[in-house]
Order: sequence, then structure tokens, then C-alpha cells
Amino acid sequence: MSLRPAWILLGIAGVLLLLALLQLLTGADDLASSGTLQATVIAAVPIALAGLGGLWSERAGVVNIGLEGMMILGTFGAGFGGFFYGPWGGVLGAALLGAVGGLIHAVATVSFGVDHIVSGVAINIIALGATQYLAAQVFSGLSGGGSTQSPTLGDVPTFTVPGLSGLLGAVEERELFFVSEVAAFVRALTTDVSVLVLIAVALFVLTWYVLWHTAFGLRLRSCGESPAAAESLGVNVYRYKFVAVLTSGALAGLAGGFLALVASSNYRDGQTGGRGYIGLAAMIFGNWRPGGLLVGSGLFGYTDTLRLRSGGESVHALLALVAVLLAAAAFWQWRRSQRVAAGVSVAVAVATAAWFFSTVSVPGDFTSMTPYVTTLLVLALASQRLRMPAADGMRYRRGSAG
Amino acid sequence: MSPRVTKVALIVAAPVLALVAAYLITSAVLLVAGDPAGEVWATILTPPELRNVTSIINNASVLYLSGLAVAVGFRMNLFNIGVDGQYRIAAFVAAVVAGEAWLPGPLNTVLAILAAVLAGAAWAGIAGLLRVTRGVSEVISTIMLNAISTSLVAFLLRKAAVRVEGSNAIGTKQIPQDGRIPGFTLSDQPGTELYGFLVLAVVAGLAYWFVLNRTRFGFELRATGASETAAVASGINVKRMVLVAMLISGGVAGLVGLPILFGDAYSYGTTFQSGLGFAGIAIALIGRNHPVGIALGALLFAYLDEQSNPLQILVGVSSDIVKITQGIIVLTVVIAYEVVRRFGVRLEQQMVARELENRDGSRPEVTV
Repeated sequence: MSLRPAWILLGIAGVLLLLALLQLLTGADDLASSGTLQATVIAAVPIALAGLGGLWSERAGVVNIGLEGMMILGTFGAGFGGFFYGPWGGVLGAALLGAVGGLIHAVATVSFGVDHIVSGVAINIIALGATQYLAAQVFSGLSGGGSTQSPTLGDVPTFTVPGLSGLLGAVEERELFFVSEVAAFVRALTTDVSVLVLIAVALFVLTWYVLWHTAFGLRLRSCGESPAAAESLGVNVYRYKFVAVLTSGALAGLAGGFLALVASSNYRDGQTGGRGYIGLAAMIFGNWRPGGLLVGSGLFGYTDTLRLRSGGESVHALLALVAVLLAAAAFWQWRRSQRVAAGVSVAVAVATAAWFFSTVSVPGDFTSMTPYVTTLLVLALASQRLRMPAADGMRYRRGSAG
Repeated sequence: MSPRVTKVALIVAAPVLALVAAYLITSAVLLVAGDPAGEVWATILTPPELRNVTSIINNASVLYLSGLAVAVGFRMNLFNIGVDGQYRIAAFVAAVVAGEAWLPGPLNTVLAILAAVLAGAAWAGIAGLLRVTRGVSEVISTIMLNAISTSLVAFLLRKAAVRVEGSNAIGTKQIPQDGRIPGFTLSDQPGTELYGFLVLAVVAGLAYWFVLNRTRFGFELRATGASETAAVASGINVKRMVLVAMLISGGVAGLVGLPILFGDAYSYGTTFQSGLGFAGIAIALIGRNHPVGIALGALLFAYLDEQSNPLQILVGVSSDIVKITQGIIVLTVVIAYEVVRRFGVRLEQQMVARELENRDGSRPEVTV
């Protein structure tokens, strides 16, 4: 299925309508404010970039659970480059260090045929140790820095469409049903947008074009589907896998750099907080496609943001949505005579509804698990229709084509 | 060399090669960063004192259980990243049961251990069920469950907690004296008491070996891991195996926090040790899922952790350097085994070729 612009717009409108309805019915008015949506973008971009890294690597047949480690390397790269060479130095440093992680992964998995998961786990351990060790070495004693954080870094420039923000803000404050939500959405995308966000969007378009609309991309993907067949047609499988995994590392590094440069203002130890793994989940959720990956990261970024924007109330409102969606899913499953699945869905829907009606707010600890529970729920409903690249995760040795 | 000697030499070569490579790479990192590599190694390789030995063995027993839990899954290609969440939930449940002291003395301890195993298994079972019924990759679901368990335990802790005297930390009720598991003292010096739970860790290792290698269930588990299609063809119910393996892995994971709980901390609080699950993955990989290998891996990791503690004070180098070493070992062990395997295959091919040449004087073509 190709995503046409009209469908994308329709999808966005649908989601905004749903949120508008939910706001109207529950009175939780931070669900679709421009502040929430703006924060969603900031939360979603690192996940999307990490997922994009995963996409490159897995499309070439290399499972990359080392995304987390490459992202960690990226945060340090941003801290180091950003402090010594300014914000763009930070961006470059993040991508470079991420690519170093990718290089290790490529050498281990492609050249030495190490199990992809093993190599990924090792990279996550090495990256964590290396950044902590190097950070202590580099940032200790600098003013504002320490063994676990870098001094404050300069900002990457931001971008505002002149004149639009004030106008849209006025519309948003009128609280017109649906119209205000659309205004908030457009406002979030046109006000104080970091240039790195724009770069991330460009990288998505570029990936979509390169991987699906060029001969290079076709060859790269053929390495993930059937390396033996690719090699028999003269494709240098090792080289394509190397390129893919290095790109993967650079993108994951950039995701880490985004955390250090845009989402906060310096490198901090433990900054990634498992977002590399979440990116991987978003990519799987998106069926190894850029469009689906964007939706997945958006969903995760949104639920992750909600807990910080009147969390208890907002997440409580989401419960109603979950109950309704699950009921719909149950109906659909029943029609396809998946009786057991339908029964489970109904039971969970009823429990969620009961929770919604018997409380007015969700305790803080539960709001912090929202993104993870959402991911699990969505995967549980969608997972069976996913298809990963046929040779993903398998080791391939040159000459297997015979 | 006779084939047998060659084989033994090759088996020994891999870990040695891996350690040497890890040593060289770590030294290179130290030198590039401008740290005194020689002094760092001198500190790490100083023979540990009895107090340190105790601490190494104790930590190794915890890491060992974690490695075993991961290895159970690995043996059938299941990747249980969720040991972290499983042991956290289980340790909390065990702490509550043990703290409440519903049964007299040791009986209650047994009850608490059973509760921990069940809690760990149940938490892992969620991932197992999702995999079997909905096809959700256990890699993703266990990662999500890890994050969820952190919040869930934080929530429950707030409900069940008592304030620790003189601090802001909260924890479960202290386990009464007769509910604790007594340790073995190595000498009169303070800090030389081994966890009593150590015995259970060894028993768990033996059970792991026995079940996997000497029972039909273990055979089916390994068969499923080696080839799912072959397993299906020979009548193994793969879905059931996935679920059971996940439950067992979670059950073992439930034990991970217990040596600390019953031998040291005596309550579950906000400061309870975290991150043991991820170390377990590395250790299972180093030990190549073999019970003895895992034990060696656990000891090696515990040794590096313990010996790196004084680095900051003695030579002014961050002790995080050993984390790099640990990660590199995970990678070099696997690479070394692969290199040695390829080398071994080539040796055999050459031998076969030589034999054939001697027989009819013509060198046959050898294809891999």
C-alpha cells in the first residue's frame, strides 16, 4: 500500500477529529493543544530517527538491536561536538559516533557472521561504558559539566512561518470544535520548529525515495529478502549490508544527537532511556515501512508527552478511547469469526471502561507506563499482519549462492 | 598433532583469544584517552582480598541466576530481554510475602521463594502468550514489560511501603530474623559472609543442565531451538514449547533478586539493585548457554566489577572502563569461536585432502 498525500491528510484529520470529540466528552483540554502537539513532535522525532536507522539495517537483512547503543554514542557525540565545535558540530559528531557503532555492528555481523542480536547487545553494553568513561574524561572539571553531563550546548536554529503563529493561536483559543484542533496542529508544525526536525522529515522522504524508487534501494532490499539470489545477480551483498548498517548507525546517532541538542540542552548520562528499543518497536509496528514507522513514533511520542501535560487527566480520557477502540476491534474480530480474540478484546474493553467511569484521574505511576502499554496493545492487535524482510536476522556468507 | 589434541587446543583457544583481544582493545582505548593502561591493569589484576572474594562470589551468584534465566530462552531461540522486569516484580512479591511472615519461620521463606518464581513466570508469561496467540515478538514485548514493571512496582511499593527510619527511602517491611537465609562465614573478618542462597543457585544450575540434556522436555526444547520446521515435523507442539520456555525463563528470573533480598537487603526498597537482567544477557552469551560457561562468565563479570571499584581513587580512572571491557568480551568471545571454527574446518579439509592425495596421488577439488 502506498501512502498518498490525500490519505495522509485524511488520516490526520480523522485523528484530530477523534481527539476533538474526546476533549468535548471528557473535558480533558490538553489532549490536542498546540503545546501538547509541539511536545509530541519533540518526543517523536528521536524515536522516528532511531526507527529509520532500524529500517535501513533490517531492510538489508541485519537486525539492529544495537540502536540503543548507537543512540547513546550519538548523545555523547553531540555533547562533544556541540561543546567544542558548536551546534552543527554536535549534529555531525552525533551522526559520526553513531556510524562508528554501526561499523562495529557491520564488521561483527557481516564479516564475522556473529548473531545479530548478540552483536547488538554487546554494542549496547560497550556504548554505555564507552560514553560514561569518555564523558568522565572529557567533561569533568568544565564549568557546568561533570562526569555525567556536558556543559550547556548551543541551540540548533529554529524556524517559524512568519505571521501564522499569532493568527492560529487566536483561532485555537476560541475553542471551536475541530477547527481549534486543526489550528493547534498547524501551529505546532509552523512555530519554533527546530531545523533538525525538518532534516528528520527530509531524511524520511529521502529514505522512502532511495529505498523504494532507485536501483540502489532495490538491490539493498534484495539483500534483506534473498541475499543468495541478489548475489547470483551480481550484487555485492557484503557492501550493501555495510552501507545499510553504517547508515543505520548514523541515523540512530542523529536520534541521540536530537535528544542532547533539541529535546534538552546538553548531554546527560542515561539520556536515551530505552528510546532505541522503542524505535525498533515503532519500526516493527510500522511493518518495516517509513510511513507506518512515522505513525508508530507519533503514537508513542504522543502518549509519552501526555503524561507530562496534565497526565492523570489526559491519560484518563484516553481510557475511554481505548475502550471504544477495543470494542470496535472485538466486533471486527467477531465478524472474522475469531471468537476467542473477540472475547479477550471485549473483556479488556469492559475493564477499561469500568476503570474510566469509576475514577476521575489515573495515578502518576500509571501515566508513565502509558506509552509502553499502548505499544503492547497496538502490537497485540496488529502484529499478525506484519511481514518482516524474509532474510532478516539470518547470517549470510559470501558464496552461498553457489 | 593428533586430531584429539587439535580439538582440545581449539576449544581452549577461543576464550583465550577473546580475553587477549579484549585486553588489547581496552588498553588501546585507555592509551588513546591518555590514561595509564599499565596501572589500570595492575589494579584490576591485583589478587583480591578475602573480603573482595566474598563480594565477587556473592555478586556472581546473582549474575549466574540471571544468566541461566536468559539461557533457557536462548536454547530455543527465544530472546528474553525481560529478565530485568521479571526479577523486579518477583523480588517485590517475595519481599512482601517474606515481610508479612504469614507462616512460621523457614516455611514462610519457602512460600516467598515460590511466590517469586510464580510472579516472574507470570510476568514472562504475558510475553509468551502475546507471542503465541498474537505473534508479537518477545524482544519487543519484554522490553515494554520492563518499562511497565518499573512503574507498576513503584506504584505497588507506595501502597505497601513502610518508611525506612531516618531517610526518605521507602521499602517493604523488614524480613523477620527467622525468615532470612543464613550465610556461610569464611573467616572472622567482617564482610566475609557468603549468601546462603548460593546453594540454590548451584542447584538451579544443576537442574538446568539435567532438564535440558537428560529429559525429553529438554530435548524437545533444544530441537525447537535448532530447527522449528524439524520440530513441527516430529510432532512437537511449538506454541506450547514457546509458552513453557518463557514461563521457565521467567520463573528462574524470579530467583535473581532473592540472594540479595534474603542475605543482605532484607526488604525491597527504592534502592534495590537494578540492571541485573541486562548483565544476564551478556553472561549467557559469554557462557554459550552452558551451565559451567555461565558460571565462569558470571565470575568474570563480578571480578571485573569488584576490582574496578578502587580505580577512581588509586589511578584516577573512571571505573566505567571495565564496562567497555565486558561489552568487548561479549563480542570477541563470539567472534573468536567463529574464527576458531572456520580455522578448524579448514584444518579438517586440509587433512582430508592430504589423506586422499596419499591414497591415489591426485588432489581432489574441495568445495565448501
